[in-house]
Amino acid sequence: MGLREPEEIQQQIVRETFHLVLKRDDNICNFLEGGSLIGGSDYKLIYRHYATLYFVFCVDSSESELGILDLIQVFVETLDKCFENVCELDLIFHMDKVHYILQEVVMGGMVLETNMNEIVAQMEAQNRLEKSEGGLSAAPARAVSAVKNINLPEIPRNINIGDLNIKVPNLSQFV
Amino acid sequence: MLPADEFSAFPASPTFSVGDKALDGYSKKKYVCKLLFIFLLGHDIDFGHMEAVNLLSSNRYTEKQIGYLFISVLVNSNSELIRLINNAIKNDLASRNPTFMGLALHCIANVGSREMAEAFAGEIPKILVAGDTMDSVKQSAALCLLRLYRTSPDLVPMGDWTSRVVHLLNDQHLGVVTAATSLITTLAQKNPEEFKTSVSLAVSRLSRIVTSASTDLQDYTYYFVPAPWLSVKLLRLLQCYPPPDPAVRGRLTECLETILNKAQEPPKSKKVQHSNAKNAVLFEAISLIIHHDSEPNLLVRACNQLGQFLQHRETNLRYLALESMCTLASSEFSHEAVKTHIETVTNALKTERDVSVRQRAVDLLYAMCDRSNAQQIVAEMLSYLETADYSIREEIVLKVAILAEKYAVDYTWYVDTILNLIRIAGDYVSEEVWYRVIQIVINRDDVQGYAAKTVFEALQAPACHENLVKVGGYILGEFGNLIAGDPRSSPLIQFNLLHSKFHLCSVPTRALLLSTYIKFVNLFPEVKTTIQDVLRSDSQLKNADVELQQRAVEYLRLSTVASTDILATVLEEMPPFPERESSILAKLKKKKGPSTVTDLEEAKRERSADINGGPEPAPASASATSTPSPSADLLGLGAAPPAPVGPPPSSGGLLVDVFSDSPSAVAPLAPGSEDNFARFVCKNNGVLFENQLLQIGLKSEFRQNLGRMFIFYGNKTSTQFLSFTPTLICSDDLRANLSLQTKPVDPTVDGGAQVQQVVNIECVSDFTEAPVLNIQFRYGGTFQNVSVKLPITLNKFFQPTEMASQDFFQRWKQLSNPQQEVQNIFKAKHPMDTEITKAKIIGFGSALLEEVDPNPANFVGAGIIHTKTTQIGCLLRLEPNLQAQMYRLTLRTSKETVSQRLCELLSEQF
Repeated sequence: MGLREPEEIQQQIVRETFHLVLKRDDNICNFLEGGSLIGGSDYKLIYRHYATLYFVFCVDSSESELGILDLIQVFVETLDKCFENVCELDLIFHMDKVHYILQEVVMGGMVLETNMNEIVAQMEAQNRLEKSEGGLSAAPARAVSAVKNINLPEIPRNINIGDLNIKVPNLSQFV
Repeated sequence: MLPADEFSAFPASPTFSVGDKALDGYSKKKYVCKLLFIFLLGHDIDFGHMEAVNLLSSNRYTEKQIGYLFISVLVNSNSELIRLINNAIKNDLASRNPTFMGLALHCIANVGSREMAEAFAGEIPKILVAGDTMDSVKQSAALCLLRLYRTSPDLVPMGDWTSRVVHLLNDQHLGVVTAATSLITTLAQKNPEEFKTSVSLAVSRLSRIVTSASTDLQDYTYYFVPAPWLSVKLLRLLQCYPPPDPAVRGRLTECLETILNKAQEPPKSKKVQHSNAKNAVLFEAISLIIHHDSEPNLLVRACNQLGQFLQHRETNLRYLALESMCTLASSEFSHEAVKTHIETVTNALKTERDVSVRQRAVDLLYAMCDRSNAQQIVAEMLSYLETADYSIREEIVLKVAILAEKYAVDYTWYVDTILNLIRIAGDYVSEEVWYRVIQIVINRDDVQGYAAKTVFEALQAPACHENLVKVGGYILGEFGNLIAGDPRSSPLIQFNLLHSKFHLCSVPTRALLLSTYIKFVNLFPEVKTTIQDVLRSDSQLKNADVELQQRAVEYLRLSTVASTDILATVLEEMPPFPERESSILAKLKKKKGPSTVTDLEEAKRERSADINGGPEPAPASASATSTPSPSADLLGLGAAPPAPVGPPPSSGGLLVDVFSDSPSAVAPLAPGSEDNFARFVCKNNGVLFENQLLQIGLKSEFRQNLGRMFIFYGNKTSTQFLSFTPTLICSDDLRANLSLQTKPVDPTVDGGAQVQQVVNIECVSDFTEAPVLNIQFRYGGTFQNVSVKLPITLNKFFQPTEMASQDFFQRWKQLSNPQQEVQNIFKAKHPMDTEITKAKIIGFGSALLEEVDPNPANFVGAGIIHTKTTQIGCLLRLEPNLQAQMYRLTLRTSKETVSQRLCELLSEQF
């Protein structure tokens, strides 16, 4: 974590990572050695796959592999709590908020907080501040709930993984 | 792809707010957010940065927040806006508003540029240790500082704050402790002394977590596992230090045992998160046990635990188990235990569906390989190679080549293995691999005939890899005569076989084959005309490639004008290559990066490589100082006119004088060298060698596993020595265990002058042989070549240990295994004087223990041999028998080879 590269390289890393991860079956291992772009053999990609979403972390040897795997779980569970049944649209319409949540978990590439309640509490405090100022979030929130309520044929695949329900209309991934 | 209305959301001007007062904070925020989104979709953003920077100084939280997010994601560390950004950050840090401070710290950490480090590295430690800082800010400050330290360690000042940071390990808030532990771990790696106190604090914190009931830590209990992340971090921190003092150590051992015990308990939840968290801690505990490498009990338990994981149904656990076992294999306590899993691991190679896991299995096989299982492992790897993933083939090839060489008992096996390697994966066999097989065949005459026969047979295959042609060409050119007696491989058949491949090969291979042909001219006069015809043909003499043409012309000419004697001198068999680091090993290290070479020996080998002037890969460099251009030509004939290839200095003749600088065979040991060597076993300074021309003096000092030796070369004559080249020669075995580093000395030594050479010595593992110092120089018109054994012996790495009688006998009994004891009964060679004997035992390096042995005439000693990899306790007892003029010497150490060697060395002294 914590790579900072020019934009083209960033995009290339995202693409390469996506290709590396995409072609892997389920139930093989969640770690793989980084691609040629990503920092050499000291770095590993650690990912989890939830329905059509891949959550990929790139970490160096100073982190525990299983620890990061759990951290992804914490992150996703937190998303689920903050968005109340998170779905992909939430991530797309609220990419700012997703970033804020991620920032509570990881900072400058280092693990900041692992306690979900603490993270959720921070987010709630943010929401209160936001409300008092009249935030950005009102409009997209309405849009999401509108889409959630429409019975689109491709949405309702509810896939149960762990504690999570993720409804998945479309594909996106981020690092 | 952007929907059209996304763009229509922007006002017409691309710089949407410059001079446009109409945009309020909300709109700015909205547009900055949209730009960010566009950027995340992969489009370039060239504008809007200024607006984001303006948002930083807003008083509204949401505006500030999006501003910081935009900056964190989008601003390059070298942006010219950095000063404005820094200014805004400075204000927020000073605001004492924890939310704003948090945002600012996040931004610093995310950008992490040098400018930011310059601006804030002094400020953040203050925030971190201030009494009134909120927990969440402390957490961010700790990580922010860590980030700055990682990018610009020179800018983070150490100071008073360091001791206060260590005390954060006692903080109430576990989030703060976790962040602080990350910070301390990184700082402690660079400044171990300053953070030493963190060890006991970390152990007591860990012990509190490990022994706590799972509800004690409330929110930090994750799926019934108490604070797994913090435990992992603490265990990592402890890996920066050697095992702690006994008091703390007991507590730590307890923790580690508890963690190992918990792994055996039935799971408290079926959820994968529970087992993940539990095992994350377990793996880290195992890493710590391996790192300390001092508790055989724990090591064996760790090994068994990993053994269970090797067969676990979770792929992740199998992967991690293979990885951890790799490091475990290098510990002397657990190497044997690891080896018992060989079947499981080879099985993993065949059945694992995941290439990452298979790769780990290959690594582990490589790490657990030793003389006892080398044949099996190499065979497994070879058979895996046929189906291996392309991405890891080259690495496997290198590993097979290294193992085959390192553990070859029988060099015919080695040759077979490498030829198989070329057959199975010729494309992945790099130059280094086939260079190496040739070096080895040339240096060992017992295998040359077999090698010639085998390559000859391998070349019969209708399609063989070009690398095989290269090896075949080279070896037949050197040793084809050894199989020429058999009518099935007569000279002409050999030549025709090689020449049938000629046209299919690339230019460098053809060049090599041409050199083989000219060697054939020398070896087999009967095919001379055939070869001359080939050389004379238009396709050679008028070849478009300059190198080939030149070779054809020159070889043809050489074969016509030179007399048989000259031909025989010029085309003589290659001299042995100087022993040097395996070029394959260097290649593997380059490929894998230094951090991943797990084999300890290899890391040591790397250091010792300097002795022979750096790891030049091509054997060509050994033979052809006169070849100006590096070509693939192993004969070193290169583009220059054919030059004699390293004639041995003794052969005399005209050419020798001209080329006597080229490396040549090492002289046999000088007479008396053995005796001189023995004199140095119990002392460190003195004259090692002397003749009419040269005196070699030594001065050396040793501490633990390191040593330094000053070698003084004195020119006793009044004439200059020219081309004065001392070389240290170690066998492969020795080089793996003893690392020597030195610099070349000035090649001229004036009459009456003395030059000094420093050798830095590191004992990696115990060793038996001694390095040989070979000195070559020219004095007047004659070439001088002297070899002496350099007295670097295992006992030099002794540290004396004083102990009481009771202790001594207790330990003596512990080492009662028959392999640990070596005894020698021998006749006294010197007068049996008690005082001299005492002095010798002390000089040998062990402590002389008085009043330990019930019989006062006996001598007992104790000490520890320090090597890089391990420390070996040694006890010795010498019983003189004055009447019979005999001694009985008994050595007991934890390692058979050490007992053996020490006994040999010491027996020579009395």
